[in-house]
Amino acid sequence: MEFLQEQLPALQVVLPLVAASLCALFRFGYLSWLITLSSSILSFLVAVFLLLRVLEQGIISYEIGGWSPPFGIEYRVDLINAFVLLIVSGVSAVIVPYTQKSISARFDSTEQSWFYCMYLLVLTGLLGVTITGDAFNIFVFLEISSLASYAMIAMGRDRRGLTAAYQYLIMGTIGATFIVIGIGLLWAMTGTLNLYDLAGRLPEIKNTRPVLAALAFLTVGVSLKLALFPLHLWLPNAYAYGPSVASAFLAGTATKVAIYLLLRFFFTIFGGATFFTETPLPEILKILALLAMFAASIVAIFQSNIKRMLAYSSVAQIGFIVLGISYATETSLTGAMTHMFNHAIMKAGLFLLLGAIMFRLGSVKIEALSGIGRKMPLTMAGFVILGLSLIGAPGTAGFISKWYLGLGALEQGEWWILVLIVSASLLTMIYIGRVVEVAYFREPTDEVVQLKEAPSEMLWPAYLLIAAAIYFGFDTSFSADLARQAAVLLVNAVY
Amino acid sequence: MSLILASINYWVTIILMIGGLYIVVAHGNMVKKLVGLSIFQTSVYLLFLSPGKILGGTAPIISEKFEVYSNPLPHVLILTAIVVGVATIALGMALVVRINEAYGTIEDDEVHEMEQD
Amino acid sequence: MIRDTIILRVVIKLLLPAILLFALYVQFHGDYGPGGGFQAGVAAAAAIILYGLVFGVSAARKIVPQKFLFSLIPIGVLVFSGTGIVSWFFGANYLDYSPFGSDSKSGQHLGILIVELGVFITVFSTMLAIFYSFAGRSEILSLDGDTDK
Repeated sequence: MEFLQEQLPALQVVLPLVAASLCALFRFGYLSWLITLSSSILSFLVAVFLLLRVLEQGIISYEIGGWSPPFGIEYRVDLINAFVLLIVSGVSAVIVPYTQKSISARFDSTEQSWFYCMYLLVLTGLLGVTITGDAFNIFVFLEISSLASYAMIAMGRDRRGLTAAYQYLIMGTIGATFIVIGIGLLWAMTGTLNLYDLAGRLPEIKNTRPVLAALAFLTVGVSLKLALFPLHLWLPNAYAYGPSVASAFLAGTATKVAIYLLLRFFFTIFGGATFFTETPLPEILKILALLAMFAASIVAIFQSNIKRMLAYSSVAQIGFIVLGISYATETSLTGAMTHMFNHAIMKAGLFLLLGAIMFRLGSVKIEALSGIGRKMPLTMAGFVILGLSLIGAPGTAGFISKWYLGLGALEQGEWWILVLIVSASLLTMIYIGRVVEVAYFREPTDEVVQLKEAPSEMLWPAYLLIAAAIYFGFDTSFSADLARQAAVLLVNAVY
Repeated sequence: MSLILASINYWVTIILMIGGLYIVVAHGNMVKKLVGLSIFQTSVYLLFLSPGKILGGTAPIISEKFEVYSNPLPHVLILTAIVVGVATIALGMALVVRINEAYGTIEDDEVHEMEQD
Repeated sequence: MIRDTIILRVVIKLLLPAILLFALYVQFHGDYGPGGGFQAGVAAAAAIILYGLVFGVSAARKIVPQKFLFSLIPIGVLVFSGTGIVSWFFGANYLDYSPFGSDSKSGQHLGILIVELGVFITVFSTMLAIFYSFAGRSEILSLDGDTDK
């Protein structure tokens, strides 16, 4: 097993890819689930080992096919993407035990297999985007994950899932094409596709027009993928009408990987925070982020479908993260990366709990939930805890990241941003409060009275995430400290 | 005029790009949207391929007879991009077929109307 | 389905072997000249699709059964990714074929052939699967009796 040590970066991507092919080959539901479960857990272990190795010995560079960079494709793991790899594979490993119950209730054996195949392909793509050091490779992996996620969303029980997937396909492909145009312009200017080779060559020519155009294309393309307001239109429907597992998985991982790409493009390859702050990008991003925080939160308050409400809440939380990016200081980037980590945990957990409600009740309309707190106490208690974390109550993970974001704004002397962060959090409190009010303070309807607590297979994965949300609210030595080290690398463009 | 002719490949790229994107935005028919998307993606193929061609260059197989070679990299990249494009269009078409079965129409606004109630 | 056009039927029977042969040429000549698994796979699939267009999808399904086809897609991917994994056992990086042969040149040669075979299988079966799914959609629906949601 000694030789696997050296092959960990490739294993990270190959493992889910081979598992996806096996699912498609056997097409037997339960077996596919077992394959998905084992490969997800193994991927998580690989990510943990990679992180440990990076902490121990610094950057790992892996040459695919033995061709040395910048000619061959390089997989390169540093602290920044090791952190993201851990988020993606971790969220995936927690969700898989949950899927069996949720998916087998609705699909026959073959369809389940295809679902798991898609799930693993999304995982392959996301891990690939994160680990690769080649710009074109990023596009290919991005499209692997996007195409699989369109198919996954189309498998929702509502026919609106189909139109949501179609809309996502159109917007996602435009985004991806923008990214390739950006990469193409950079390639035409420098003749290299290796991100770190680019980082060495770009600073000399960074003020030429094609490079600035490339930056614009990359920004818009990635913003489409990460659903930055006002390019978020695909997201609410996709999350609301896809299968609950897909919503939880995508909400926890896909947008996070897009944010990672934004960080990579803005900071690593353009030579750190100095170039970024010279462009008009910080102002634009700050305005869009603030708009996202408020507009999306206000829209979320008026949603009757709770899944849709959480989807809009995702758009708002992405606003918080982008706000952190727009300051481009160590503290604010720490806030952004910590929030990326915490939001992945919170949103995946919330969607899992909603999936459990959907599983028992068959609806996530807010009025259908009256009095459900008495019948599904564990599910709703979990919802409240994660909701508090989403608001940013002290003692939860959400508080830590908002603290750093606020601190980042204060460092720049912009105290009014702090006021805005707090008031956007109050809006979060309103929409979470609406659910709590209906669930606990209303008489149960006839349908709700007959409900049982969610099955334990669905509860414990969600509770694992809840425990994480509380744990990382007290012990920040993992989340925030790692994020800070990564932020230092980003600001100074160390690669 | 000579300005246009000197960089004709880029002008074609830009026209295809804008045209494709316009079709995606302006048309309500879901199949036409996909056609626009396909044109939009095709413009990128041209964007990558044209700087790779060197006038008088030959295929990059090393031989004593030739000194100027074209850059093979864009062809490899674009072959991959074409595969991605094929997959996207196939998936999009499959979704349109399913939408047609579920709603009985593939017009954006009609589907949207049905979703309201 | 154009059942009565004898010209098409005869011409296609003449064309099919030529298309398939060309596909194989592109496949195995891919390491010396332009070509490779992707182009060959598309060409071979085009041959079957042409056959299906004229003789009907059900006739094409007799040549390449759908179930078999759906298994071919992951098999191709497994051939590709498996080749990379074999490299590990030689102590080389993923998809490094150099240790496959006595020297790195012959190793690369062998490796690229196997990998291109994987590409061929997947591209061929994916193209055909897309064709079957679209062209056979109405047949599936009429067999089931109603549309599935």
